[in-house]
Amino acid sequence: MRRELIKFALFAAVVLVIPATIKGGYLLNVLVFVGINTMLAVGLNLLLGFAGQISLGQAAFYGLGAYLSGILTATYGWNPWTAMAVAAIAVGILAFVIGFPILKLKGHYLAMATLGFGIIIYIVFNEYVDVTGGPSGFSGVPGLSLGDLHFDSDLKSYYLIWTMALLVMLLAVNLTQSRIGRALRAIHDSEVAARVLGVNARLLKVQVFTCSAIISGLAGSLYAHTVTFISPSTFGFHFSVELLTMVIIGGLGSIYGSCLGAALLTLLPEFLRTFQDYDIVVYGLLLIIMTMFLPGGLVQGFELLWMGMRRLRPGRAGRNA
Amino acid sequence: MDFSQQLSQYLLSGLATGAIYALIGLGFAIIYNSTGIINFAQGEFVMLGGMFGVYFYTVHQFPLVAALLLAVLCAAASGVAFERLAIRPMRRAPPLGLVIITIGGSILVRGIAMLVWGKDTHALPGFSGDEPIILSGATLLPQHLWIFALTVLLIIANKLFFQYTITGKALRACAVNQRAAGLVGIDVRRMVMFSFLLASGMGALAGIIVAPLTMTSYDVGIMLGLKGFCAAIIGGMSNGIGTVLGGLLLGVLEALGAGLISSGYKDAVTFIILLLILFLRPQGLFSRGESERV
Repeated sequence: MRRELIKFALFAAVVLVIPATIKGGYLLNVLVFVGINTMLAVGLNLLLGFAGQISLGQAAFYGLGAYLSGILTATYGWNPWTAMAVAAIAVGILAFVIGFPILKLKGHYLAMATLGFGIIIYIVFNEYVDVTGGPSGFSGVPGLSLGDLHFDSDLKSYYLIWTMALLVMLLAVNLTQSRIGRALRAIHDSEVAARVLGVNARLLKVQVFTCSAIISGLAGSLYAHTVTFISPSTFGFHFSVELLTMVIIGGLGSIYGSCLGAALLTLLPEFLRTFQDYDIVVYGLLLIIMTMFLPGGLVQGFELLWMGMRRLRPGRAGRNA
Repeated sequence: MDFSQQLSQYLLSGLATGAIYALIGLGFAIIYNSTGIINFAQGEFVMLGGMFGVYFYTVHQFPLVAALLLAVLCAAASGVAFERLAIRPMRRAPPLGLVIITIGGSILVRGIAMLVWGKDTHALPGFSGDEPIILSGATLLPQHLWIFALTVLLIIANKLFFQYTITGKALRACAVNQRAAGLVGIDVRRMVMFSFLLASGMGALAGIIVAPLTMTSYDVGIMLGLKGFCAAIIGGMSNGIGTVLGGLLLGVLEALGAGLISSGYKDAVTFIILLLILFLRPQGLFSRGESERV
């Protein structure tokens, strides 16, 4: 646990120093979105990487967080922080309620059910025009502020969002190192065995599902207040697949891997213009290739590479042994 | 137009789209029964059918029958290639890996279709014109008749194939118990490949015959695929009449929902039905057997 905390502290230090080392305002802006996507990817990874339960409906929770925050503040004039908390709680309750029937399903059926849920929510965003603004989007969401500190520049948004992202990562690291984390991994390997050992698998799965939905909802609220404009296309099936790809690239069950995956898939399209035309081809290929050849993701890849390099220098390896 | 006329109109158009869902659903059931996989990419082969149909029939002006056959062949070949390249190497993978592989395959196929044919929506002319036929107050397009005729033919052919041919019986044996099928000399791997061939071919045909009614584009696969899956789920993943009934039921409910409630929420109706069935009766509406789906 202590090693994990040191690792986390180092990582957090790097994240907090990054803005000082870059000049371009645009890169900083993109890094804000890396932070939001990191939250989402870590949330999905808790469910997928640790408990072994797939969800193709994450974009729906993300969108619900964004729309609830947006509507409560812009239409009803609520305080953004209250709206964010209420949105997170509402998303959590919804996830908890649908979690019981949905997580009874396994594998392909779970994927289909979560996808169906995601599409229903997406249709509501599009069709409930009076409230959501429909396909043309919803604008005028106010920015966040803390006393006199208004989060209106990229630098301020960066610190706000990465603070949240780091908190989520810390929570995830803590969770996975705990008794709950071990129980989740047991469910991943064999649900029957986990239940025999006294793990309340059903409840635990729903709790993790709820937890990842709340994280997604929070990320959605932050997105809405940072961008101030939201439209349904951000929260479609395509984004759920993008999140899945981030988690798979980084490595199932690796918190830092999720951050790496989020960073790669957010930065690449910004800096490779051609990538935008090919993005779904690339996601498809990545999903297939990673699952086939490197199921542990890039993080496992680096570990293998590191071990391979050590083996290439027999003198050193021998001394260690 | 009075209410009963309206109702018969919804019923007719619902049955036609339902027939399409039934064909797609049969594809899901065939692959599920031979491999235990829900092929997430099934909808993409439906899309490929429609797109290849447009490509051969309207772009290259092939005669109708030749264009149909070529389009089905091309889509079925893609199905086999998908099985060979992505599914077979992963036979021993954990279920989660297979889920992700088929999702990856599905968006890969969609992406390639987008690169090749662009993002535009393509129209396919009706097979025998677009002159509407009036039938007891309801309007019917000749394409609807094509859909009914081809679906009935295909379902009968499917039934005969599984009942009377040696390959069909071998496929059924694989569905019951793969290891036992292997022991009596059935080449299970070939049968799995064959089931992908059948499923993608049937899906492709569905994709072509529906294209004149709904148009087609690179991204229609996901919706059609999910609705086909919903049909198969209602039918309890049976490779027969259950799935056909499931498709027809879904088509009619969707048409009624669109007509009587709101056309914007038409697709939501399907997914609410899908979730309800998965939550309450995952073994399907028509079977009483135990299910491994939960």
